[in-house]
Amino acid sequence: MKYQPLNLARWIIWGATALLMAVLPLVFTQGFAITLMSQMGIAIIFTLSYNMLLGQSGMLSFGHAVYSGLGAYIAVHVLNMSSKGQLWMPVSLLPLVGGLAGAFFGVLFGYVTTKRAGTTFAMITLGIGELVFSCSLMFPEFFGGEGGVTTNRVFGQPFLGISFGPATQVYYLIALWCLASMALMYAWSHTPLGRMANAVRDNPERAEFVGYDTQKVRWLTLIISAFFAGVAGALGCINFEIVTAENVSAIRSGGVLLAAFIGGVGFFFGPIIGACVFVYFVVALSDHTRAWQLYLGLFFILTVMFAPGGIASLVMMQLPVIARKRFGELLPHYARTGAAGLLVLAALILTVEMTYKVSVDSADGTAMSLFGVEFDAAGALPWTVAGGLWLVGGWLFHRARRRLARTWGDIQAEIAGVKA
Amino acid sequence: MIQFSIRAAVRSTLCAAALASASTVAQAQTVKLALIDPQSGLMAPVGLNQLHSWQYIAEIANQKNWAGGPKFEIVGFDNKLSPQESLTVLKQAIDQGIRYILQGNGSSVALALQDAVQKHNERNPGKEIIFLNYAAVDPDMTNSKCTYWHFRLDANSDMKMEALTTYLAKDKNVKNVYLLNQNYSFGQAVARGAKEYLARKRPDIKIVGEDLHPLAQIKDFAPYVSKIKAAGADTVITGNWGSDLALLIKAAKDAGLNVNFYTYYAATTGVPTAMGAAGEDKVHYVGYWNVNNAKFVGADVAMGYDKKYHDDFYTMATYTGIAMLAKAFKETKSTDPVKVAKALEGMKVESLNGEVEMRKTDHQALQPLYIAKWVKVNGKDVKYDQEKTGYGWKTEALLDTYVATQPTSCQMKRPN
Amino acid sequence: MEFFVISLLNGVSYGLLLFMLSSGLTLIFSMMGVLNFAHASFYMLGAYLAYTLGLKIGFFPALFLAPPLAGLVGALVERYGLRKVHRYGHVPELLFTFGLAYLIEESVKVVWGLAAVPYRVPEFLDGHLFTLYSTSFPKLRGFMMLVALAMLAAVYLLLTRTRIGLVIQAALTHPQTVEALGHNVPRVFMLVFGGGCALAGLAGVIGGVAFVTEPSMAASVGPIVFVVAVVGGMGSLAGAFLASLLIGILQTFAIALDWSLAGMLAAVGIHVSEQTFLYSLWKLQLSQVAPVLPYLLLVLMLIFRPKGLLGTRAD
Repeated sequence: MKYQPLNLARWIIWGATALLMAVLPLVFTQGFAITLMSQMGIAIIFTLSYNMLLGQSGMLSFGHAVYSGLGAYIAVHVLNMSSKGQLWMPVSLLPLVGGLAGAFFGVLFGYVTTKRAGTTFAMITLGIGELVFSCSLMFPEFFGGEGGVTTNRVFGQPFLGISFGPATQVYYLIALWCLASMALMYAWSHTPLGRMANAVRDNPERAEFVGYDTQKVRWLTLIISAFFAGVAGALGCINFEIVTAENVSAIRSGGVLLAAFIGGVGFFFGPIIGACVFVYFVVALSDHTRAWQLYLGLFFILTVMFAPGGIASLVMMQLPVIARKRFGELLPHYARTGAAGLLVLAALILTVEMTYKVSVDSADGTAMSLFGVEFDAAGALPWTVAGGLWLVGGWLFHRARRRLARTWGDIQAEIAGVKA
Repeated sequence: MIQFSIRAAVRSTLCAAALASASTVAQAQTVKLALIDPQSGLMAPVGLNQLHSWQYIAEIANQKNWAGGPKFEIVGFDNKLSPQESLTVLKQAIDQGIRYILQGNGSSVALALQDAVQKHNERNPGKEIIFLNYAAVDPDMTNSKCTYWHFRLDANSDMKMEALTTYLAKDKNVKNVYLLNQNYSFGQAVARGAKEYLARKRPDIKIVGEDLHPLAQIKDFAPYVSKIKAAGADTVITGNWGSDLALLIKAAKDAGLNVNFYTYYAATTGVPTAMGAAGEDKVHYVGYWNVNNAKFVGADVAMGYDKKYHDDFYTMATYTGIAMLAKAFKETKSTDPVKVAKALEGMKVESLNGEVEMRKTDHQALQPLYIAKWVKVNGKDVKYDQEKTGYGWKTEALLDTYVATQPTSCQMKRPN
Repeated sequence: MEFFVISLLNGVSYGLLLFMLSSGLTLIFSMMGVLNFAHASFYMLGAYLAYTLGLKIGFFPALFLAPPLAGLVGALVERYGLRKVHRYGHVPELLFTFGLAYLIEESVKVVWGLAAVPYRVPEFLDGHLFTLYSTSFPKLRGFMMLVALAMLAAVYLLLTRTRIGLVIQAALTHPQTVEALGHNVPRVFMLVFGGGCALAGLAGVIGGVAFVTEPSMAASVGPIVFVVAVVGGMGSLAGAFLASLLIGILQTFAIALDWSLAGMLAAVGIHVSEQTFLYSLWKLQLSQVAPVLPYLLLVLMLIFRPKGLLGTRAD
């Protein structure tokens, strides 16, 4: 399987990723952009670690935030002790502490949770997640109660001019750890354990029959996954300089599930896309609209219904077509479907925003602006426009999609024919 | 000095107009204030109410030109009640060049912001920002954790407890008190304060029971109510807010529990609707203002607010906050946070509840406090209801500023 | 004694509400193998629908109308959403309902606003049913118990005495055979999903008026409903009934008791003070831990008896 060109492509991809991470902050110099990218980096590690469970080992967890959260808590306490001079731990190595802490709790809880697979596993993780979250508010000595534990990442003398005060320095630290974690997790998927995890996912009986202890495979996978979750948690602690109970909450656990699935759990790079999209939704979109959760929920449901392989699968589906130089035939169809889709999207946004304006936010009058156009949400005209967009967009989309599907089917049939 | 009667309002508007036309040279500068509070999720109704309160007061201030030139603009940022999210939007607000931060919901968020603002100002000299905290009442923020750039407009938890227990102590019918609170820093502070102050003022009052329950997780308060009943309590002190308070009062009514409730947050969005008739004559709150005060000071503001937003105006600290900022802008002829912060120290303004002083030592606002009771609107001393329930708050006591004033352990580090 | 009886009554009535909520979830799961994450959302939908209808036609007509409406929404969701996802397997199905919960909550906010709606108790249910010693027992709670029991009887009769009930039971264990016999299994699924959602809606009509009707009411009961269904045994209605009562009573009595480890140690002569290692653990009272107990029960149950109290299969 391993021949030179593939590896070359791999080097190019990894190199390009590293270069992109290095260059991005030079392009987007705004403080908010740096924050956004830092959060994306953390989310990438977290989501990839989650996908070790869901995508690669078939374990649906509803309590993954437990590991990143507890990792973050241990990290913040270590950081605080370190800044008081009680022990030595440079900030740049703190993620390692978080990772080890995550792994420790992985050993502890994983022993219990991985005894079962499937739905039972999902339910136990749900229960453990709720347990840990409730405990976090019950033991304020460790968890800092509702306010969490705060810290200061800047202490001691700057080393080579790096104090980790400016956000850009923190971004580069996150980028480094993100790159390393990505590489390690990718490498893991090619180890015997990674392969066995796939086998346990696909056919546990057979894996057991061949002589593998499926429970042990699940347990080991969970520990490693918890390690990377802990790394993400500790990086979050450095970035925000605060760790609160929400780090172990069901919301966080649900969020990582959403992110992984939107990106696509079937491919290694899927969760990376998912993490970026998710962070964008949560952080950036929520400043443009109050209905951001509605869009996120809708986006998620549509993904589940029409692209259960996530964004990554949509990308990967094009590869064989591109390889046979047939992509050009699809392009006009994509353009048409995309354009019609944009009309439907505009109709949706218009409808949702106007409904929100009228029902929740009408105190300052119903005048609003969208896409730079000013109008009155209570007026008949915008609603007529929205209705028209729905009808026209929906019809165009339906037609374009049918044609696209036909062309797509023809090409697929030909490709299959060539193969045969 | 800021006046409240309509006549005075008209006068000041005219004055402002005259001033504005006289000095057209002074350019109208707009100062943006970032309100970082929940605008989606469980606490969104409260957060939105307060966003509107700030916007409404800012509108009044702009009309009447309180600041003598600069205009106020409130920009809402959604923090989803999450301390971490708040820090993200704080960065965003700073990016937009906003130098004034407003926040109130949740001491957890406030502590995080206080810390972050301090760090930002240390790391970015020349770009200082000011944090006006209008409702987060953890006493630590103006004691052990006090910082120079943080100003609290609300009375802190200990001050409210001082007022509450002073009032309670006079009531000879109070013999057995039960403490029911949410199990986190604020709820624990309420329970601790109640025990300490009652022991000081009325050692004969027995604490017959104390419970801490998880925040926003209890659906059925009936077991707690039967526990309160079994303990033989006649009074319950609680810092509960939101649904935790509404459900408690509902359950108490269902079980026929005949006790008085002393609360901090019974007047906030959602609670009046939920308790409705169930809380009549039983529920009290301690706060810095009540629209049904002796002279109905601020009723015009509340009515105007209701007309515009179909909601109740209860976050009076917004008024104090804008008034203080306006005065500071005027005095310093500047909107530079460094100068404004200095001017805010020790400042006194006339707000809707009387004179409010921003104590210099710890940046804690000192002001009179009200105790009010939930009763049917009668058109006389209780004119205004809440959430169209037909019930409103009757002023039971107005406690002068000195009554609730607490010593502080704050050792403020001032920039030089 | 007064305390004990009242606590027992409280526990039973709360347990019965839990049963109304979880019975639909159990039915859906046993039929279709779908863990419906959005189940509590239909509970919320029931409450809001009943509130809106109640304004126009009164509480009682709404009590009968709102659940079928919630059920209709559920059936539509099954027909046009869940059925599409069905072919991808159970995990996407589960994720679909997960996303649906988000969507319903947001839609409720858009339609009814962010704050609680004033959904009040109708007058003749507002008052006391009887007074025991000195504590009164509210009519509403009595009504809640009555509805739950009536619902249990109705569901039981429907499943055992009617034709469709028999088909449902058969489809439960042998879907292929039932399909081969000419029954429309997808339609049966749609009916069951809609029916389950209607049961949740019924719980919402009662729960909404007994507690608070607001957009987060679904999220606050969501996890506990799962606990009941899992502890009772996936797919066992009797198990769900037993588990609901168990959890209701357990939670009520745990709140009532101020036991702590420190107290127990003190009873055997070991004194624990603030200096003792892990003091915050020792001082924790049972009443503080009460709301966590269901989750603890869930985890223990899944470890030691994954098929639940009366369940028949592990996964």
